Amino acid sequence: MADWVEACAVDDVEEEDVIRFDHGGRTFAIYRSPDDEFFATDGFCTHEKAHLADGLVMDDIIECPKHNGRFNYKTGQAKGAPICVNLQTYPVKVEAGKVMIQIA
Amino acid sequence: MAGTMKRDYSLVGESMRRAIETGLASAEWYHTDVSRKAMKELMQRSDGPAIRDTIIWIAAILGSAAGGIYFWGTWWCVPFFFVYGVLYASASDSRWHECGHGTAFRTRWMNDVVYQIASFMLMRNPVTWRWSHARHHTDTIIVGRDAEIAVMRPPDLVRAMLAFTGILDFRYSLPTLVRNAFGNISPDERSYIPEMELPKVVTAARWHVGIYVTTIAVALYMWSWLPLVLIGLPRLYGTWHMVLTGLLQHIGLADNVIDHRLNSRTVYMNPISRFIYWNMNYHVEHHMFPMVPYHALPRLHELIKHDLPEPNPSMWHAYREVWPVLLKQLRYEDYFLKRELPSTAQPYRGEFHDVNVSAAAAE
Repeated sequence: MADWVEACAVDDVEEEDVIRFDHGGRTFAIYRSPDDEFFATDGFCTHEKAHLADGLVMDDIIECPKHNGRFNYKTGQAKGAPICVNLQTYPVKVEAGKVMIQIA
Repeated sequence: MAGTMKRDYSLVGESMRRAIETGLASAEWYHTDVSRKAMKELMQRSDGPAIRDTIIWIAAILGSAAGGIYFWGTWWCVPFFFVYGVLYASASDSRWHECGHGTAFRTRWMNDVVYQIASFMLMRNPVTWRWSHARHHTDTIIVGRDAEIAVMRPPDLVRAMLAFTGILDFRYSLPTLVRNAFGNISPDERSYIPEMELPKVVTAARWHVGIYVTTIAVALYMWSWLPLVLIGLPRLYGTWHMVLTGLLQHIGLADNVIDHRLNSRTVYMNPISRFIYWNMNYHVEHHMFPMVPYHALPRLHELIKHDLPEPNPSMWHAYREVWPVLLKQLRYEDYFLKRELPSTAQPYRGEFHDVNVSAAAAE
């Protein structure tokens, strides 16, 4: 059964930015798009273990800080070398000013 | 650590195994503290500076080529080809580098187009080198892991000097492209290129070789060296500036460390070299924060220089500093230049290299 977990407050994430969220020994990345929507993915790049929360959000792209690999953070799709493996995404909802993510 | 055994620079040998065993491979590297707000500002992408610089670059290439063609057959063509060669074979290196990182332009396809053109100019397989450079950033100057160590230890000074002529690179790059075009990918290349990318290596090599074969055919048809002087041979006569600036990135500094302040060098340079080199003279800064575009590196330098060794004030100063180190490395290959940190800096990370630092460093 997948649980909804409170990740952060809405105001914790700036528009077109990302923050790190650790839970249950795992690391996630919480994104706020330029359209003011929230998204969540695994927190580490699938290429090498780098925190995506240190990367750059541009439109619907997160760029890894280590090798500049890019993902679509809305779909998890890898956008080319050096990224070959898609990123796991998680359902997100906003309730009472809190960002909730559903973790399997 | 490395001093107890001979360095094996192949990517599938003893040094590679040792780097993995000791945790030097894919390690956590030192970073100077920079606030998220400041880093976000520095990382911001923009098409403007790179479009401006690329227009200047292409215009200067076309202009110098036109002059060279116009004066072909007279000595007046020499200064034009001098400029053309540097723009073709040296400035392309920094364009290849920045566009490979995807930081030069904000728009992805612009990075990709310039990356492909620059790769061709450099006789570099665009697929292979994208992966080798990713490895260079993961394992910078880690022996047995980094595919882009320019001067190995003990240093071969004849090779280092010949590099300025482009002969060695030419002799390596062209046969490598031909080998790849025939579908032959070496064990070293396979060690850092994923299996699914290998067909792309072959396709790219075939395109490059096809253009060179066409150029040779045109030269034979015209019975003139001119097509080859314009395409291909600049890799020989125009490489010197790339080597002049690029050698300083890591030469004479530590290997097998996980702190870019120990193995990379920042050198202040004149504005022409910085244009050709696209600010890669801020090399410690670039390795520490590869997300920062070339045009923002001077600002990053100002922000973190309190935590970095004093930059060399000129290329001349840097070469004068490194020359005696290279001579000592001929007799004692563990010797390296350890540069002083300012009092405002965090100390060097030493967990992998305390022995080397105390025993071998040149203060």
